[in-house]
Amino acid sequence: MKVIIDKKIEINGVNLHIIPSKKYKTISIVAKFKAPLNRQTITKRVLLPHILRQGTKNYPTRADLQHKLDDLYGASLSLDSSKIGDYHVMSVRMEIANQKYIQDESSIIENAITLLNEVVFNPNTKDHAFSAPVVDREKKVLQQQIRSIIDDKDSFAQMRLVDEMCAGEPYQIHEQGYEEDLADITPESLYDYHQSLIQDDEMDLYILGDFDEQRLTRIVEQILVRKQPEIQSSATSETSEKQGELKEIIEVQDLQQSKLHVGYRTGVTYKDRHFASLLIFDSLFGGYPGSKLFINVREKHSLAYYVGSGFDTYTGLLFVTSGIAAKDYKKTRSIIDDQLKAMQDGDFTDLEVEEIKNLTSSQFLEAMDFAQGLIELLYQNQVGGRTIGLEKLLEEIQQVTKEDVVEMANKVVADTVYFLTSKEKSE
Amino acid sequence: MKKLEYNTIDEIVYTEKLENGLTVFLLPKQEMSKVYSFFTTDYGSIDHTFTPIGKTKKVTVPEGVAHFLEHKLFEKEDRDVFEDFGKQGASANAYTSTTETAYLFTATEKINENLLTLLDFVQQPYFTEQTVEREKGIIVQELQMYLDQADRRLAMSCVQAMFKNHPVRNEVLGTEESINAITKDDLYTSYNTFYHPDNMMLFIAGNFEVETIMTLIKDNQASKTFEKPSEIQRFMPHEPTAVALKEITIEMPVSASKCNVGIKEYSTELTKEELQSRLLLQSMVLEHYFAGSGKFYKELYDEGLIDRTYFIETVAEADHGYSLIGSNTENPEAFANKVKELLLSTNDLEISPESFERMKKKRIGQLLRAMNSLEYIASEFVRYERFGLDFFELIPTIQAISLEELNVFVKNWVTEDRLSVSKMFASE
Repeated sequence: MKVIIDKKIEINGVNLHIIPSKKYKTISIVAKFKAPLNRQTITKRVLLPHILRQGTKNYPTRADLQHKLDDLYGASLSLDSSKIGDYHVMSVRMEIANQKYIQDESSIIENAITLLNEVVFNPNTKDHAFSAPVVDREKKVLQQQIRSIIDDKDSFAQMRLVDEMCAGEPYQIHEQGYEEDLADITPESLYDYHQSLIQDDEMDLYILGDFDEQRLTRIVEQILVRKQPEIQSSATSETSEKQGELKEIIEVQDLQQSKLHVGYRTGVTYKDRHFASLLIFDSLFGGYPGSKLFINVREKHSLAYYVGSGFDTYTGLLFVTSGIAAKDYKKTRSIIDDQLKAMQDGDFTDLEVEEIKNLTSSQFLEAMDFAQGLIELLYQNQVGGRTIGLEKLLEEIQQVTKEDVVEMANKVVADTVYFLTSKEKSE
Repeated sequence: MKKLEYNTIDEIVYTEKLENGLTVFLLPKQEMSKVYSFFTTDYGSIDHTFTPIGKTKKVTVPEGVAHFLEHKLFEKEDRDVFEDFGKQGASANAYTSTTETAYLFTATEKINENLLTLLDFVQQPYFTEQTVEREKGIIVQELQMYLDQADRRLAMSCVQAMFKNHPVRNEVLGTEESINAITKDDLYTSYNTFYHPDNMMLFIAGNFEVETIMTLIKDNQASKTFEKPSEIQRFMPHEPTAVALKEITIEMPVSASKCNVGIKEYSTELTKEELQSRLLLQSMVLEHYFAGSGKFYKELYDEGLIDRTYFIETVAEADHGYSLIGSNTENPEAFANKVKELLLSTNDLEISPESFERMKKKRIGQLLRAMNSLEYIASEFVRYERFGLDFFELIPTIQAISLEELNVFVKNWVTEDRLSVSKMFASE
């Protein structure tokens, strides 16, 4: 495989990662800001990136900012935030055309980094407050977004499963924020929170593409200056053990297709030496179209169009999701249970394990061909609590044996079953 | 094998039309880890009335056959082809749109084996009454899933309001009724006609050796026999210029009301020159006025008529085109009126030379960004080829657009009789 060099250097309070690569026609720049998940601050953290996207000191309206981006050959700028284990991360992403493909252009990258710096550190504020109309408008938009979760049945079912399964754990905190917090958020309080975010969050900056490294490092050094915060930490959470009996939650809505989601605890996360076994277990169980779940729920019994499993890297929580007809609830549940049992009994071959190891490695390599994918993997490795390097992880995948997978399967414990179904069609 | 060099973007494509009619494109990129293979037929959900190969009488098959075929080709007598790919370390997938069906895989190893698997599974159908029946349950579940997706349903309603007869108004999957009506014979009739190599293209991009791969493909294709290629006759109903319905309202159990405004851009077969300019101008003009930097966006935002679900979308195909502007909105009526008013105001607007330069820069940057993706390159290259156009010549084409041409387009872009509105309200 090709070696990926993630040279991390600390300059001006930023963990700077410069990754030269000739794969792309563009340069990707991603800044990440990380802080512990906290019920008190979550809604502000969700709101903030959307406010920052509305303008800066020098480009005070969204249209001014967008014109600047258009002038930079349609540079893209997006801000988002998400949960990573027990932490919350705000990402600022830019992608710009590499000037080498455009005649008479030599300053796109400087301009882009300057703009990114301005968006984060120099937003459009006055008298220690953000613009009131912008804050009001974005609060309303966020309120609508929180309410509309119910329109996306998969996300809704998954949110409800985690609510029930992780009650009292940080991971339960909704990554889209809470409607009831919005009333108390003011242009001033948001300004204060922005100040603390830019001072206290741990900041990583990734720059990936075809460029002169030394020149680029100098550019970043001149433009970005902040104080390094004291606390640095990994994002891995201490997942709690399964408590008590299997929980079953059934809720009713007006819908065409019912959603069956099952949550499991594995106790294994990125930092664990068994992480590679979890990857292989997940693939065999429900992670690809030849998996136990796909073959049995979909192909043999025609119960679902989609059924699969996936897990959270930092908490080790594993989820099975499927869309089925209301009347097939019991049948589908028992088939899902049988598949976990089959995995625990080692009802699969050494050959299948070998094949899945190759498929999984291949998927990692493919993700690395994609600029944002590579940056996410590097960040995961940086914050996952065990900086092993992507090559080491690929090696560990190759070392997984059938016995490891069986051992892993026996650590998997069903915690909560969530079924979202319709009134008329249930059993 | 022809070698096409594109110096402005550092790409080289090798191409050949094989004896059986299959067109092959190879785009080697040694710096990538993966290989992406894309095998596609010029056949989508709209092609359901046609003259079967070797016959003289036209037939109409139930809606949803193209998509049904896509599902069924993966299933063989003794196994599911997904598993074969999995065993060979590849991720495979397929999709059906209104105008094409595509089969694809990505892999970083066993490229030759995976490529043969791709060619063979698509070219060796196996359908029985029994397996066709079993698939119906899965596809109906897929349809039910989409029916719960409010945004998709609303957009579909808007397309149905715009197009009176053209089959673009039908769900790609068909209806529960039409899916259940599909037979093994419908599948074979459509398959034999539209999966002829002469109607198909193969595009491979990534880390591979050109000569080896081309030889492998040629040997594989030479070992199979196909009927003589012939022009496929497809029948499309006449479609008026004006929309079928000005307005349509639906109800669903949603948290927020929604609205889409549709522009029926055109509904007749375009020449390739017309299509070339449509493909660029339609989206550039829509973005200029309605994307985040556009002044219309600002008005909609300031008046509180849109939120983060706001979107614009444009479709340009050989014989039909449309654009959609939509959002969740508290007041669908006000949103629709405002958007229509803004659209009609463009008849009297002109784009300035300064804005024009910005529009071109933006489009070039977007294109370079999208070209990082082998998947995007493959699907766009093949789509342009289907239209008789060259995707990799797009940057010079954008640079060559004139301001006059653009302003003529803007002047004639919108007329009231080509606008439809679809609204969605929360049901009780």
